[in-house]
Amino acid sequence: MNGGAAALAVVQVVVMLVVSPLLVGLMRQTRARLEGRVGAGVLQPWRDLRKLAAKETLRASGTGWVSAAGPLVLVASGLLACALVPLVGAVPFVSVPDDLFVVVSVLLVGTVALALVGLDAGTAFGGMGSSRHMTIAALVEPTVLVAVYALSIPVGSSALSRIVLARIDDPASVASPVSLLALVALAIAVVAETGRLPVDNPSTHLELTMIHEAMVIESSGRDLGWLELGSWLRLGALLGLLGSLLVPWGVAQDAGVAAVLVGVVTLVLKLAVLGCVLAAAEVFVAKLRLFRVPELLAGSFVLAFLAVTASYLVVQAG
Amino acid sequence: MTQVEVGLWAQLVLALATVSVAVLARPALRARLAGVGAAALGVAGAVTGVLALTGGQGRLVIPLALPVDPVVLSPTPLGGFFMVVAGAVGAVAAVYAIGYVHGPSASASSWAALATFLLGMQLVPAAADAVSFLLAWELMAAASTVLVLTEHRERLEVRSAALWYAVMTHLSFLLILLGFAVLAAAGHGTSFAAMSHVDPASASTSLAFVLLVLGFATKAGIVPMHVWLPRAHPAAPSHVSAVMSAAMVKMGVYGVLLVVLQLLPAGRPWWGLVLLAFGTVSAVYGILQASVATDLKRLLAYSTTENVGLMFLAIGAGVLLRSYGVVGPAEVAAGTALLLVASHAAFKTTLFLGAGSVLHATGLRDLDRLGGLGKRMPTTAATFGVGALGAAALPITCGFVAEWALLQSLIHGARPEDRLVAVVMPVAVAVVALTAGLALMTFVKAYGIAFLARPRGPEAGTAHEGPATMRVALVVSAVAVVGLGLVPGIMATAVVRAVGLGGIDVFGVAGLGLPGVGAALDPVALTGLALLVAIPVLVVTWRMARRRPSRPVDLAWGGGGVRVSPRMQYTATSYAEPLSRVFDDALRPERDLEITHAGESRYLVERVQFRQQLEDVVEVRAYVPAVRLVDRVGLAARRLQNGSIHRYLAYSFVALIAVLIVVSL
Repeated sequence: MNGGAAALAVVQVVVMLVVSPLLVGLMRQTRARLEGRVGAGVLQPWRDLRKLAAKETLRASGTGWVSAAGPLVLVASGLLACALVPLVGAVPFVSVPDDLFVVVSVLLVGTVALALVGLDAGTAFGGMGSSRHMTIAALVEPTVLVAVYALSIPVGSSALSRIVLARIDDPASVASPVSLLALVALAIAVVAETGRLPVDNPSTHLELTMIHEAMVIESSGRDLGWLELGSWLRLGALLGLLGSLLVPWGVAQDAGVAAVLVGVVTLVLKLAVLGCVLAAAEVFVAKLRLFRVPELLAGSFVLAFLAVTASYLVVQAG
Repeated sequence: MTQVEVGLWAQLVLALATVSVAVLARPALRARLAGVGAAALGVAGAVTGVLALTGGQGRLVIPLALPVDPVVLSPTPLGGFFMVVAGAVGAVAAVYAIGYVHGPSASASSWAALATFLLGMQLVPAAADAVSFLLAWELMAAASTVLVLTEHRERLEVRSAALWYAVMTHLSFLLILLGFAVLAAAGHGTSFAAMSHVDPASASTSLAFVLLVLGFATKAGIVPMHVWLPRAHPAAPSHVSAVMSAAMVKMGVYGVLLVVLQLLPAGRPWWGLVLLAFGTVSAVYGILQASVATDLKRLLAYSTTENVGLMFLAIGAGVLLRSYGVVGPAEVAAGTALLLVASHAAFKTTLFLGAGSVLHATGLRDLDRLGGLGKRMPTTAATFGVGALGAAALPITCGFVAEWALLQSLIHGARPEDRLVAVVMPVAVAVVALTAGLALMTFVKAYGIAFLARPRGPEAGTAHEGPATMRVALVVSAVAVVGLGLVPGIMATAVVRAVGLGGIDVFGVAGLGLPGVGAALDPVALTGLALLVAIPVLVVTWRMARRRPSRPVDLAWGGGGVRVSPRMQYTATSYAEPLSRVFDDALRPERDLEITHAGESRYLVERVQFRQQLEDVVEVRAYVPAVRLVDRVGLAARRLQNGSIHRYLAYSFVALIAVLIVVSL
């Protein structure tokens, strides 16, 4: 394992651990202000975590190890994704390539852990959330992988760091039609995957429309805390990935202190901007009916597919 | 005598010994003796396969009393690989069967048929000419039909399943026979060596290709010839379903690989497209049906169709890319087919044996009535969970490695100048992605509904773990799933080199490197990294748990109160409901809503009845009309036979006249 990559991975994990709750706080605050509310402040997610960690954990009798281990798996998968994705710097491990297929699978492990937690308590709501969650995850998968395919074509590799580095070298490629199509598709997939509007409403209190909230309805105390942190880490990692692909500048190309500092600062900026944009957009959209979501996802799949075929045709024309 | 020849002889002797033991031994001892014999037969097959795979030579010629060429057994490295798969699966299933068999599956005929089945399956890849191949194939087909029929006295549906199976498997035999006949006529000989000299561009070769692929696809459970799979697997005893699904359908894949790698290596582009089309349709259709299935074994059967579809997709991509001269990705794609075979064998054995344990404990295959088994059957739950992770292609199982390699070969295969490939490959990637997503949902459902939550019926509440042999077999196969996922490199490299492909080498500890497409994966390092990030989380949790341990309460929040009965939980049917709505057009469920109003009121409802039935669309649309047509022809033909001896004499007279006229022409 090479030292530079290891140091960068540690930096990324620590930064994301600190920043992703703040990102969620920022998004909630933005939304509150736009809706004319005062808001709880950017630090509220951290206060929530502290409160949950101190509370007693109640589990439904009859639940097994899945309810205990599931939240930890979700957090671990989020952290591993943060370590692999080029957020602060694009210096991959020699033995663990930051292959996008691998990153997607790592996140899927967390998805499955969450779905199983939802089923474990044996209540109708948990099952409902789990079922909807997995349906959406299944339908998002084609979009994500085909978008990855589109991004990998110009580079000839699905390794994220190589894609990001190629974008730094050739800034024009970011704005190429192929790249934009793929990024829009990926963005829709990220919105669906992280349970934001219009796919799922993260602040809903109406049980029948819940997806994520229904799955964690039986969890309490530290279990709930880990589940929340895990989902926030996923949101942070995926938004950070979008940021690195959309605005690759600032991503450190080596593990030097100055480069890493620049990387951290730009990452925080990118996350803040993307978070604010996403939160602002959420003010203006309503949640889609569950059975309209596949249409949205089919649309994003078409975009990704167009990106792939276009990238072959564009090269041919050129 | 070479080692391979000893191995082949050993299989014949062990099979004979097992059959005699099964017939002669006292019922009390039969399971143990015949089980050990069948397991030894499987081990002998696996060892012979390893010898053939590592370059061992051997040729066994068995003269027959019939006026045909003698049976020649001489496994190639490719055949050796499939012998390993068949032997290993057979051995594990035989050990499992020692504890599992009861009632009709413990009978002498069932054990004898199992040994014959294993022998036939292990000899198919050893055959060196078409006649031996077909003999071994028929041995495998006939013995497995007997095994499917095992419980025909207990359950009526078994008879119909066996009939479907027998018809489809003989249709497959017939197509393969025709295909080999065409090739033998063109190549002037029935040996595979002679057949490989035919002209690949000729029309007869293409005809042979189509016939052979159709025949092998029928055996492999490819859509639309898959209809026997979801019937035969639930009908057969579970250890037999495991062997059929994890090993026997692979013989269809072996057949296709035999055709495209050895007999007709210079494939045409459209051959690849045919295989790709079969593969994509089967993968999506299979997993879609699996995701809405509620019968656990039926679900696994459809998932087999999906996995075999992925193998066909990989082979098809390999043929297509090779015909376009894209050598690196083509070799990776073909090698990936072998990886998929090994990984599917491992996880599907685990899953079917796990389903067998559930059946053994509860007598149920219906997921809607299971639940909460994780507490009562920890070994089964853990191993089934590992198998489910493999089937869902999640790290760090073998399924993940295989699917990752498949995606890598697909995304690197297309070049801008090959327009056809540039359109086909994205579709293939999308199909693989959709199947991966749906497989995830399917196996979360299968595991979550069966093993988590609360029992949905009385049977699940009193379940218990099976005897030790069953648990040992489950653990062995689950270890294979994780082992092939953690250190796939050694096996994969050895196998692809042996069968004359390149493109895969060892990376890192024992990971997979694909130099042809510039990608690499080391699952051990990935696991290490995951553990590193998980350790702090674990430490923090442990400290929090020590300070404030968790407390179980009856239904923590209840999601609606403590009055809920376990039947109010989500079931497998309700879990798949959103999906079956999304794919309404493909699945075409039959829904029936009946509302009885209270008195004259339009608003007060007395009773609402909702019925939903999901049937296999292909079966309903294609097979039911075909069967009806055959029935009608049969009824019409019956009019010829009215029992009158005069009429029969008249028939013979007319026939005689007709023959005379034909001869005189």
